[in-house]
Amino acid sequence: MAEKSGADILIETLCDLGVEVVFGYPGGAVLPIYDAIFKQDRIRHILVRHEQAATHAAEGYARSTGKPGVVLVTSGPGATNAVTGITDALMDSIPMVVITGQVPTALIGTDAFQEADTVGITRHCTKHNYLVKDPARLAPIVKEAFYIATSGRPGPVVIDIPKDVQVATAAPAPAGPVEHKNYRPQVKADAKRIEDAVDMLAAAERPIFYTGGGIINAGPEGSALLRELAALTGAPVTSTLMGLGALPASSPQWLGMLGMHGTYEANMAMNRADLIIAIGARFDDRVTGRLDAFSPHSRKVHIDIDRSSINKNVRVDLPIIADAASAMADMIAAWKARQHPKPDLGEWWNRIDGWRATRCLDFDDDKDVIMPQRAIRALWEATKDRAPIITTEVGQHQMWAAQHFGFESPNKWLTSGGLGTMGYGLPAAIGAQLGNPDALVIDIAGEASIQMNIQELATATQYRLPVKIFILNNEYMGMVRQWQELTYQSRYSESYSDALPDFVKLAEAYGWKGIRIEGRQELEAGIGEMLAYNGPVLVDCRVAKLANCFPMIPSGAAHTDMILPGNKVSGEMDDEAKALV
Amino acid sequence: MHIKEEQRERHTLAVIVDNEPGILARIAGLFTARGYNISSLTVSEISDDDRISRITIVTSAAPEVMEQIIAQLERLVPVHKVTDLTAQGPHVERELALVKVQGTGDHRIEALRLAEVYRARVVDATISSFVFEVTGGTEKIDKFIELMREVGLIEVARTGVVAISRGREAA
Repeated sequence: MAEKSGADILIETLCDLGVEVVFGYPGGAVLPIYDAIFKQDRIRHILVRHEQAATHAAEGYARSTGKPGVVLVTSGPGATNAVTGITDALMDSIPMVVITGQVPTALIGTDAFQEADTVGITRHCTKHNYLVKDPARLAPIVKEAFYIATSGRPGPVVIDIPKDVQVATAAPAPAGPVEHKNYRPQVKADAKRIEDAVDMLAAAERPIFYTGGGIINAGPEGSALLRELAALTGAPVTSTLMGLGALPASSPQWLGMLGMHGTYEANMAMNRADLIIAIGARFDDRVTGRLDAFSPHSRKVHIDIDRSSINKNVRVDLPIIADAASAMADMIAAWKARQHPKPDLGEWWNRIDGWRATRCLDFDDDKDVIMPQRAIRALWEATKDRAPIITTEVGQHQMWAAQHFGFESPNKWLTSGGLGTMGYGLPAAIGAQLGNPDALVIDIAGEASIQMNIQELATATQYRLPVKIFILNNEYMGMVRQWQELTYQSRYSESYSDALPDFVKLAEAYGWKGIRIEGRQELEAGIGEMLAYNGPVLVDCRVAKLANCFPMIPSGAAHTDMILPGNKVSGEMDDEAKALV
Repeated sequence: MHIKEEQRERHTLAVIVDNEPGILARIAGLFTARGYNISSLTVSEISDDDRISRITIVTSAAPEVMEQIIAQLERLVPVHKVTDLTAQGPHVERELALVKVQGTGDHRIEALRLAEVYRARVVDATISSFVFEVTGGTEKIDKFIELMREVGLIEVARTGVVAISRGREAA
């Protein structure tokens, strides 16, 4: 058979793997690949305006479709600009394959133009990475990279391809899948441990499911199984930021999100539980609060596909290494086989109802000024029948969205959880819209975060993507300001969003529709106008400037030490507290 | 506020890996990135086809951190297997040192006498110097080097620890 260039082999392999969309930005070291893209019509290339946005768009695509996101960038600055999004995907377990160009093999190590040590720089922010030195190795490496990115705990994989390897030719590789020669993550749980977990659950008086992004990653089946397991056992369910939507927010068993900005009932139930079943969640610091006070009276079962998540922060009694969906299916089967009746948790639910009566998410509404919580609820009311996909940036608006927007199904909530990357929301919305052309996609943003990838307005315009941006504009980096109020006696060091652009004019300059909502009376009408417009819309929604996001567990505090709305909080904290993130 | 120190215990790990570019950087980087300590690290190919390497790592950490170190190592795609030789039971640890000593007269005679006690071999000699080759556990090597300081030590090269479990079974 005739030999083909590395660039052609790459494109053909991506086609074989079912890749439909690639997010990228051309440059010197990837010109051969871009020429190969020009000559084909099976893969759609989406030209972003900054490489970081390519990675977040790929994340948004992956998170909303369940398929791996693919990124193509050039060497040097192309690769380094992608590092933030690669790290973001690693922290949030998003399957992603990033192809980076590299200077020709002979120039590697000579400080050549646009050379960076991409495999060195990305070694610790990828699940795995490769430098390809032979075009004959390209096809197997690309296939192996997709296998690694999507199996076990998903994550980003980087493939660095020197320019000469893109041009050099090799015989086409045989078709068919390639797995890694020894990487085989454990998917199926140990049967005895599943039985033990089920028996513990049947015997528990105060059980709670603590669920996370692992259930979303297990596919729609994961969410369906969680619903069945919850119905079977009658136990309350809480979730991390990454797990929202796995259980419908309208379920009576749903307690809301837990952790730093979680609900009072979720955190109190975690604290008082006698059994925690953690599924696809990793006990991170935003969830646990002060470790020595975290759920002191409970036994803990931890189901996770990544063994290093077990006992990392919190010691557990029964670790189960497995895929979340597989383990839940086994638990349901074991529960039925062992003929456990639905436990009587009446007393436990009475206590939970007592905590719910605190109505911790209530806020003082105002007839003139728009409270940010009100804005989120109004947005939810206006869109809930359309099952929108919501992306966010990072900060107060993100937490308010998590608290006040009800998610009924998985893959609808795309947010940067682990890394907390400002600038994530707009490119993620673009990626989600490409993967779901008919969906309503809204980026709930802050006026500070949105400016971190504002150039992507042009990408949405170019591809006629009807993305909506809803900015909660309080003229502050609100979460920074809130921490300064709590920790540093309201010394607002550099947290005021000065010299803001006129967002409406900015939107119009990029070919978007711009809407400004200034008062409470305009809120519903403004949202209606946004939804009625068949194209991209940016809404500059002016909200109360000094509103804080509560409930809040201050860093290093216990679940029982929540700050609720109405508590007086401004002050100075001691050095121990100041040192915590 | 002051930074707290934690209690640590010493463990020797055998890590079987694919012999691929960057594997050593991957492992060393994991230790620095997660704040783990490396006392010694040795690496060499061990399979006929040069595709598998064995890395011996001596580390010290609190018990719960030790468990994390092993889990984090096992999570790396090219890592086949991690064995905690210290936790597993009896094992043999050895390292090799080359020790250069300079001196004349009584110091020279004393150096030779001590070398004999420690079963160190002379692998190079001049009229005023020796290079000794000594193998043994870390403590023995430490002790030998300490004694050589008294009689004219000028240079030391050590391999770091290699280790293997006792008994007939592979780790």
